[in-house]
Amino acid sequence: MEIRKINSSVITDTVKKLFMDMNYFIGEDILTALKNAEETEISPTGKSVLAQLIENHKIAAEEEVPICQDTGMAVLFVEYGDKVVIENGSFEEAVQEGIRRAYIDGYLRKSVVTDPVFDRVNTKDNTPAIIYTSIVPGDKIKILAGCKGFGSENMSSIKMLTPSAGIEGVKKFILDTVKYAGPNPCPPVVVGVGIGGTFEKAAMLAKKATLRPIDTKNPNERYAALEEELLTEINKMGFGPAGLGGINTAIGVNIETFPTHIAGMPVAVNICCHAARHKETEI
Amino acid sequence: MKKINLPLTDDAINELKAGDSVLISGVMITGRDAAHKRLYELIEKNEELPVNIKGEVIYYVGPAPAKPGHAVGPAGPTSSYRMDKYTPALLDRGLKGMIGKGARNQEVIDSMIKNHVVYFAAIGGAAALISKSIKKVEVLAYEDLGTEAIYQFEVEDFPAIVAIDAQGNSVLAK
Ligand code: SF4
Repeated sequence: MEIRKINSSVITDTVKKLFMDMNYFIGEDILTALKNAEETEISPTGKSVLAQLIENHKIAAEEEVPICQDTGMAVLFVEYGDKVVIENGSFEEAVQEGIRRAYIDGYLRKSVVTDPVFDRVNTKDNTPAIIYTSIVPGDKIKILAGCKGFGSENMSSIKMLTPSAGIEGVKKFILDTVKYAGPNPCPPVVVGVGIGGTFEKAAMLAKKATLRPIDTKNPNERYAALEEELLTEINKMGFGPAGLGGINTAIGVNIETFPTHIAGMPVAVNICCHAARHKETEI
Repeated sequence: MKKINLPLTDDAINELKAGDSVLISGVMITGRDAAHKRLYELIEKNEELPVNIKGEVIYYVGPAPAKPGHAVGPAGPTSSYRMDKYTPALLDRGLKGMIGKGARNQEVIDSMIKNHVVYFAAIGGAAALISKSIKKVEVLAYEDLGTEAIYQFEVEDFPAIVAIDAQGNSVLAK
């Protein structure tokens, strides 16, 4: 395969469009799930909340304004083809420039601060984005991206379970995390679960799980069944839309796994609100 | 659907029961994490606040920037529990209502009962829809905080639900 040259401006423009689009236009997977939830919801308040969320998506798309004021921190999973060479700049800087332009030109909220503890001064362009890159064979760049609001991010959790905890331990930790989050993360939520790997790998898997369309299943039958079972259990909790009661507390549970160590079974739960903004593209 | 006007009178607060859907009209102030921290520090030092909070309703929000021709950008509620640490002090200074999303801790609820205060839930994530009811926006204080500044919102039929009433009854699922 030949070397492929890509101008950094192409990366910048692609990233800019990706983040503006995901903030204005909700994915079909989420919209369909909200419509189904509205049909099935038994609480009148819950039903009315869902109707308003659907209406909100309509307004956002028509007026091209953000679905939610918290336009999040930008996260990108990149599969970078080893035959690609960036011209006129670096990949990293091109992505950050795309974020900058999306958040400034797209009227998205800038929610990132420089220093987490002491200064907490706004960077005013929502950079830096968090970029996870893996090098793959080929001459393409694949980007899976999301913008993560912190109302739900703050309700996420990780636990280093050990093998003896078994499947019951895994279920309990996931359900406990959702229960603890209660009405705070803007239910109905999407629950991203990462199981296996190391401490940070589990967390990354959980994040990636939140970016997977909720009308897809884990390819492994046992995990697909677990996704289904957890979704049913969560919806028995009664938090409901906006936490005001009802049978729709979650619209999806996505699990991603990875091999792990003989002594471990890390489980990470990344909670995402109903404004689950994710998008994929290939350059 | 009950229509209510700001500022809230004690009688109006008495009428509000957990679970009521309301449409709010009038003038409210906004504030979230950073502004709360500053107000709280002033109260602790027994100093004057830069805005009047007595009798006011505060909305926990950090709006997105307004597009040209819009009064405000999308402006849905942020999680209220992050304000819990600062809230009782503000209620003791006369704040009469709060609008946010999600749960409150017991100290806040006790202080709400003591000070006869109501807590409304707005729908988290319905930011574009909610912004339609916000007609006029002005910065009142802490402009340097950007989206976290204290604004004055003039609202018309702002949709909310009484989440915790002044008697401490809650509609939030536990
Ligand atoms: S949790 Fe999601 S829907 Fe709720 S305010 Fe944050 S970004 Fe918006």
